[in-house]
Amino acid sequence: MRIAVTVNGTEYRREVEPRLLLIHFLRDELRLTGSHWGCDTSNCGACVVWLDGTPVKSCTVLAAMAHGREVVTVEGLANDGELDPVQRGFAQCHGLQCGFCTPGMMMTARWLLNRNPDPTPGQIREAISGQICRCTGYENIVRAIRWASDYEAGGSR
Amino acid sequence: MQVPAHVEYEKAASLEDALNLLVRYGPEAKILAGGHSLIPMMKLRLVQPEVLIDINGLTELCHITVTDSQLHIGALARHAQLLDSSAAGRHFAILHDAERVIADPIVRNWGTIGGSLCQADPSEDLSAAFAALKGTMVISGTGGSRTVSAREFHTGPYETVVGPAEVLTEIRVPLAHVSGSAYLKVARRAGDWPVGAAGAAVWLDGDTIADAGIGLTAVGARHFAAAEAEEYLRGRPAAADVLARAGEIAAENCRPVSDQRGPADYKRHLACELTIRVLRTALRRARENAAAGGYAA
Ligand code: FES
Ligand code: FES
Repeated sequence: MRIAVTVNGTEYRREVEPRLLLIHFLRDELRLTGSHWGCDTSNCGACVVWLDGTPVKSCTVLAAMAHGREVVTVEGLANDGELDPVQRGFAQCHGLQCGFCTPGMMMTARWLLNRNPDPTPGQIREAISGQICRCTGYENIVRAIRWASDYEAGGSR
Repeated sequence: MQVPAHVEYEKAASLEDALNLLVRYGPEAKILAGGHSLIPMMKLRLVQPEVLIDINGLTELCHITVTDSQLHIGALARHAQLLDSSAAGRHFAILHDAERVIADPIVRNWGTIGGSLCQADPSEDLSAAFAALKGTMVISGTGGSRTVSAREFHTGPYETVVGPAEVLTEIRVPLAHVSGSAYLKVARRAGDWPVGAAGAAVWLDGDTIADAGIGLTAVGARHFAAAEAEEYLRGRPAAADVLARAGEIAAENCRPVSDQRGPADYKRHLACELTIRVLRTALRRARENAAAGGYAA
């Protein structure tokens, strides 16, 4: 079947099998390999992208379901080469080690801050509770997201 | 790598279109809503539909509204929408309690309420919540729609009364008869299915329990409900010993099975203890609501 999906502002038209998962469409068809594919079972959150502005687990969405919709992946976070404050926060606070969970974590973090610019550490932990990090112990991820929040509130770092 | 098997795909343009497609393709077709139960099942080859009928475009099924007499939840409303609905939470705290512990925030963004109910997993949370609330399910077919009570909706594990050419379209909950409600779940880790969970909805008249609904999930309760315990509570004082007895009755009447989440006797213990605790919270909320000047306020 033919689908048209807007990814990071660009419309892509492709012929796909209906059973193709969105994560594979992004990685294999569009070669946008920033979104990771981890557990395959909607548990780990490595595959989180935005679908019409809302984070979803793209291993559990068919590419066909994204037809006519807008997807944003981690490749779409930076603005004109300028890293998003969330990305800077992860760099500043050592919010990653191997980096496997990071794209999904950052997509959820950006969404959280858009809805709630000043989240408590508890609210951050709740927001990323569907995502697994095997390396950091989460502490630095929470700090990274707080860093971005402070940065956007005008705090100088 | 887990991927679904070959499948055909149709996008429904309207409810009528979806129903016609179901008639055309027969029982090998499956409705695709959020897909958060169906797609994992397809990956594991536990279901292998020939055709998926995608209803995600049916905005007419996405509503959550409160009228004078009822809460209306469109079957395609996402879990996150219910958690974000202050009107639903104000009337039925049980629904927010339950939504907070269903899967995780990202899954809740796309998974639908109707999809969860139709999946009919014997450990599903909303099935118990709507059983406690004595909700009504609206089911549509090409010949029109019919309603069944939440307690008649499930016919067994992974089975419902929704026919092969029908679609669950709405869940309704009457605003009367509930003045306080609560839900509590014990799970082994965040986002997991429950080892056991209970929900309660009570109607308090002074200090008397005028009516009570108790929902149970994952513990083998008939129709996700504790009817015998409800019967016992009706007309009795809202006192600790009464709640304790209701918990015992609820536990006596469920049939939990041992599995990787826990042994049967522990689940039975949970059925008792969680029933007591949700009743206690529901009654406290009922008193607070009454003090604030309105019942389901
Ligand atoms: S790969 Fe999608 S949640 Fe793990
Ligand atoms: S940084 Fe390695 S999994 Fe999170």
